Amino acid sequence: MAGHLYFPAPNAALGTAALMTVDPISDVSRHPVLGRSRLVVAGILIVTLTVVLIERLYFLQIVEHVRYRALSIENRFDLLPVPPVRGMIYDRYGEVLAENHAVYELEVVPEQVRDMASLMTWATQSLSLTERDRKKFDKRLHGRASFERILLKSGLSEEQAARFAVNQYRFPGVALRGRLRRSYPLGHVTAHVVGYVGRISDKDLDAKERSRYRGVAHIGKLGIESYYEGNLLGRIGYEQVETNAHGRVVRTLAREPAISGNHLHLTLDSRLQKVVRNELAGHRGAAVVLEPHTGEILAFVSMPDYDPNLFAKGIDQVRYTALLQDSNKPLLNRALYGRYAPGSTLKPILALAGLEHTIDPRRRVKCPGFFALKEGGRVYRCWRKQGHGAVNLKEALEQSCDTYFYQLGLTLGISGISEALTTFGFGKQTGIDLASEPDGLIPTALWKQRRHGTPWYPGDTLNASIGQGYILSTPLQLAAATAALANRGRLVRPHLLRGVEDPETGEIQRPAEQVTEVGLGDASQYERVIEGMMAVMHGSQGTARRAGQQLSYRIAAKTGTSQLVSLPQDGEAAKDIPERLKDHALFIAFAPAERPRIALALVIENGGSGGKIAAPMARRIFDYYFVERLRRANLKESRYVRG
Amino acid sequence: MFAGRVFRFDSVLFFSTGIILLCGVFILFSASGGSTEIIFQQGIRIAIAIIVMLGVAQIDPDVIRRWSPAIYLVTVLILMLVLAVGYVGKGAQRWLDLGLVRFQPAELMKLATPMMIAWLFANAPIPTSFGRLMMALTIVVIPAGLVMVQPDLGTAVMLVISAICAVVLAGIRWRHLIILTAVAAAAVPFLWSQLRNYQKDRILAMLDPWSDPLGMGYHTIQAQIAIGSAGMGGKGWFSGSQAHLDFVPERSTDFIFAVFAEEFGFVGIIVLMGAYLLVTGRCIRIAYRAQDHYCRILAGALALTFFFYVFVNVGMVSGILPVVGVPLPLISYGGTSMITLMAAFGIIMGMHRRRRLMA
Repeated sequence: MAGHLYFPAPNAALGTAALMTVDPISDVSRHPVLGRSRLVVAGILIVTLTVVLIERLYFLQIVEHVRYRALSIENRFDLLPVPPVRGMIYDRYGEVLAENHAVYELEVVPEQVRDMASLMTWATQSLSLTERDRKKFDKRLHGRASFERILLKSGLSEEQAARFAVNQYRFPGVALRGRLRRSYPLGHVTAHVVGYVGRISDKDLDAKERSRYRGVAHIGKLGIESYYEGNLLGRIGYEQVETNAHGRVVRTLAREPAISGNHLHLTLDSRLQKVVRNELAGHRGAAVVLEPHTGEILAFVSMPDYDPNLFAKGIDQVRYTALLQDSNKPLLNRALYGRYAPGSTLKPILALAGLEHTIDPRRRVKCPGFFALKEGGRVYRCWRKQGHGAVNLKEALEQSCDTYFYQLGLTLGISGISEALTTFGFGKQTGIDLASEPDGLIPTALWKQRRHGTPWYPGDTLNASIGQGYILSTPLQLAAATAALANRGRLVRPHLLRGVEDPETGEIQRPAEQVTEVGLGDASQYERVIEGMMAVMHGSQGTARRAGQQLSYRIAAKTGTSQLVSLPQDGEAAKDIPERLKDHALFIAFAPAERPRIALALVIENGGSGGKIAAPMARRIFDYYFVERLRRANLKESRYVRG
Repeated sequence: MFAGRVFRFDSVLFFSTGIILLCGVFILFSASGGSTEIIFQQGIRIAIAIIVMLGVAQIDPDVIRRWSPAIYLVTVLILMLVLAVGYVGKGAQRWLDLGLVRFQPAELMKLATPMMIAWLFANAPIPTSFGRLMMALTIVVIPAGLVMVQPDLGTAVMLVISAICAVVLAGIRWRHLIILTAVAAAAVPFLWSQLRNYQKDRILAMLDPWSDPLGMGYHTIQAQIAIGSAGMGGKGWFSGSQAHLDFVPERSTDFIFAVFAEEFGFVGIIVLMGAYLLVTGRCIRIAYRAQDHYCRILAGALALTFFFYVFVNVGMVSGILPVVGVPLPLISYGGTSMITLMAAFGIIMGMHRRRRLMA
């Protein structure tokens, strides 16, 4: 045991030299016994611990297998949404009102890029990548997985996209991505009717709907885009993919293609819409033009307006604030939400109610320029200070004599007035296919008691009978009521949708028309009223006679003013009241009076009198419509002949 | 030196380790995503390890016993050297670059520590004295401390475990063991304060992995999902989705057991655990039959330590022990642990032959 010389046994180190020469095995006789018994303990321990492990693994693999298998599958598979293409929106002649515009974006997968520096240099030179773009890119790069696609530059022009495509081979890991962005080719022109899409916010969707919008970034916020969201959206498709722990797609297992949204064909005539808009340009106001027999809206204009493309792209805070704070309220859709006292435009309906109430149309009412409720009582003025003399129904309509209608209103009473107006659609939604349409307001005695806590006075009835006071209506309601007059009693639901086109089959489904009979007046009574309305344009005393000169067709119309401030009882009509306190000018009309093809309602805020400002506008709109109609008809005919 | 002049060999030990190594190569091939390069490297490592095992088996245990203190002292010195050099580099410095091969001295310590303790107790009267116990304590605390500073918590823990195994097998009084346990328990708060934050997090995550499923508990949970989703027969070779889609962390090294369990299922696990039990049992049997106390202590301690490796690794992967960074012996990719372990089996194999010769 030479080893002992170099490394003495521990016993020696402890000073027990005697043990040095003795064989340790035979000396310490208890070693084997104790050593072996401890080894047995060790063996038992090993077996016990092995059993513990096996038990644990049995628990995981056999007992809890189903749960863990589910977790593993959940880990592994993912459903990626494939957004559908949003449906297009066309006008009645197929002109595009909303489309999906391809915009190009350059995306980079950092881990696949060989030389980032040269990519940056090239992009700066050839794609005019700015310093700001690069900083933004660096920011995005930070803290994102290297296999993710990171936006380098958005909004590439067609030319830049082409330039990249040619050079793509030089830059692995860089990809051009086409995205579809909603755009509105007519911009301002259709803003208030077509509306726009915007980024989906939390308010837009409840939890249930959210699944239908996976992968979809935009949703219709206003107008047709919002109302027909369900048709336009389409159905999202899915890709079932296998993903790894970092979320990278390893392979695609199954695909369910997205179904494009339906195309919408609107009743709008975009050229007429432009003409109407030009007429209203520079004013605050609204116009609704429609086909009375079908209820199809041809033009739906609210001025001022705005560019919906700003919203579709994502409007910046500065511009949005500017739009919000503009005192002309360009974001307000006056045609739908503007509530105005209808003024004298109600008179034809009240005249009809009067005829129904067995008033003799030939009977004359003397108008001295005012009307007194009772002897020595409060005096209600006619708009014409010197009075109209003795006027019958036709003349009262022609000249819009207030005194005549004060008398008529008293005869009908407020309930009679309310009833007549309600049957013509006032005070309730017209049912147009636009969201959250207001009701307007037709007052009743009960309403006033509830709302104001005061009884209904005869003076209130007088105000109501010339369309002032509590009565409120929207331009759309006015237009719908005008169409009902034109239809001689058929109230047609005004609407914007002409057809829904399935993009795959090309089939177009048309919505059912909704017609209700007004149930007020008979044919001869309508003709009497319409005679009066024609006199407004064509009579020698007509309030819009200037606009009615040299017409080859006949227009039935009624002017109106919506008072904002009640002028002093006896005072002169103040001439220099501030612009914003001037009366609103209103005008309703349809033509040709005998067999109407077109009807409209116009409101010019603070425009003064309807006859002066609104009537000529309506005349030009009608002129355009009929000339254009003729042109289109000829075009069709000539095509037919040639074909 | 080669006393028997006969080739020392134990077929049971050889073939049972062979089964484990084979399992390891198969699962590593899958875990590495079919990388022949990795299999080639592992193959070379296995070849070296087998040569080392057979070589060491030829060394007379007496020689090993006599050289124990020298091996121990030199290893401690190397560890210190690693630390000194380690300050130059950043983070964990566990490797010593010898040019041709990179060498992890802490691995050698796993052999040197039980050897030293076995040497210390080989001739000691039973029951052992308290003074000797203190010496044993010193023998383990120095290297364990050095390894922990590196920092390599896993190896430090295993060093302590191997020392405890050796001391227990050497015939420590149960009374002393209880005192030591009490002292160790008292030291826990202090040790806790010495742990790095990530080490603390790992232990806390083990206590309740689902409390932070995307944070520290993530690895443990994903490993358990891998194991549990396999079921009885497993998902099949190369078909473990958890492993191949990167959900299982460190799938070629510390968490390779999860891959094995996912692809070969409960049946595969029984086979593998059986092989491990066979290796350990064979070693215990050799220790039991050993004639001298040194061999008994050393063989028993090495066998127990080997088993604890398996236990700690499988325990951590299956979520009953904290994640301490211990590889699965003979299977995990890389490191010098395989060579160390096979050298240990070589030592034990040598003892086996010696007994036969004497008999």
